[in-house]
Amino acid sequence: MIKLEKVSKKFGIGPHALSNISISVDKGEFVFLVGPTGSGKTTIFRLIIREMLPTEGSIVVDEWDIINLPKKKIPHLRKKIGVVFQDLKLLTDRTIFENVALPLEVINIKPDEARKRVEEVLSSVGILEHKDKFPLQLSGGELQRTAIARALILSPDILLADEPTGNLDDDTSWEIIKLLSAINEKGTTILMATHNSDIVKKLGKRVVSLDKGLLVGDAKGKHPEKEEEKK
Amino acid sequence: MKFFKTAWHNIRRSPYQALAAILVMTLTFLVVSFFTFLIVGSSKVINFFESKPQVTAFFKDEAKQENINALEDQLNSTGKVASMKFVSKEDALRIYRQQNKNDPLLLDLVTADILPASLEIATVKIGDLSSISDMLKRSSIVQEVVFQKDIVSTLINWTTAARRIGLGIIGVLSLVSVFIIVTIIGIKISQKRDDIEIMRLIGASSWYVRWPFLFEGMFYAVVGAIIAWLIASAALVYATPVLSAFLKGIPVFPIPLIFFLGLLGAELLLAIFLGFLSSFLAVLRYLK
Repeated sequence: MIKLEKVSKKFGIGPHALSNISISVDKGEFVFLVGPTGSGKTTIFRLIIREMLPTEGSIVVDEWDIINLPKKKIPHLRKKIGVVFQDLKLLTDRTIFENVALPLEVINIKPDEARKRVEEVLSSVGILEHKDKFPLQLSGGELQRTAIARALILSPDILLADEPTGNLDDDTSWEIIKLLSAINEKGTTILMATHNSDIVKKLGKRVVSLDKGLLVGDAKGKHPEKEEEKK
Repeated sequence: MKFFKTAWHNIRRSPYQALAAILVMTLTFLVVSFFTFLIVGSSKVINFFESKPQVTAFFKDEAKQENINALEDQLNSTGKVASMKFVSKEDALRIYRQQNKNDPLLLDLVTADILPASLEIATVKIGDLSSISDMLKRSSIVQEVVFQKDIVSTLINWTTAARRIGLGIIGVLSLVSVFIIVTIIGIKISQKRDDIEIMRLIGASSWYVRWPFLFEGMFYAVVGAIIAWLIASAALVYATPVLSAFLKGIPVFPIPLIFFLGLLGAELLLAIFLGFLSSFLAVLRYLK
């Protein structure tokens, strides 16, 4: 589903943001990307959605060869991948409903159909009652749910979640994780970048560890605790 | 429809920028309208003179009637004269009074003595005007010959100059309008940089992002053109009585409705072109 092979990324004359990374994610997997700030988690997400190109290596997402993807095909790729951005990237002058409806607007779905779909998704993430509010009126957890709802609105095959529990308290973080797990159980492949080791340990999913742009671990889901012990 | 809605949303967000863009477009199209009136009007005047081959000979005060009659016979004998009309000093005074009946001051100052008698000669062909004119100039009783070829060539010179100046001014104003709209759309794009980035990241195509800005530029130009057309047309209709009196005898007025509609159509096309060009340049410059 997602295959990064010997991928390196260098920004300007600085050190490598990613060095010789090879990761393969199968359809329906839930993978945690862990590592300290600056380890390259977000860079991997940005490469997968072709926000930038790697300096070296190849990336294949589903049937898309990301490196050789023509520019005009990039919007098609991005419609297939839902992204929960670290900074959420919600439009503050639009309501929650309008923010979530934005991807549908982009693909020109009829308003009635869009309304139905948005309400379904908002309901599934538990914030339907906030649909007419603006982002500034919502809590951190509710905003995360809004970002997840927007990422899910086009029923993507892949969901990339960049630190979706970053600024949340434990209870809210767990609610978000449960939501993502439920989405994964329905067949969506999920890559989630996080710092939260508690969540990673308890969930028992595959963990890909990065440090200073290097791949330092790739622990399969069933024994995440053992992998931690080895370290 | 969605793009129009987004464009309208953008316009309402910054009314002063919208006003500036519309005003500069209005100014440009006002100049376009007025120069169109001038050029079309002067063309009609020229056509009128060209279609009436005529020479007017003004006689000296001492010219005797028998000399004038002799000159008339001499002209008739050429076979080039289609019609001839003698206007005596009294006739000239009557015409003058008729033309200035609303201005008593001008009527008081002028008597038949100071107006010359004249002979208006229409030729069969426009090419005969020169030879008739030469014949009149050689006559000892003729003070001055007004030859419409001179009037026409003077008018053509003036019209050509006006057309060049007009086109120059329109060109400069169009450039100014384009630059102002490029700047305004550029500011709008900068203000919406985050929104644009988000839209792109969720899969919006380049054209999806561009269209609202292109519509916005076209909206400013079209609104400016309509306002300018309304002002210029109203001004022309308002000035029609004065201009009709000034161009007495020349069939320029009333101006047909189709002319105004044609002008509106042409201005709208130009506006769409200028608006699209400006916003497209802005989009190319600021939405890489």
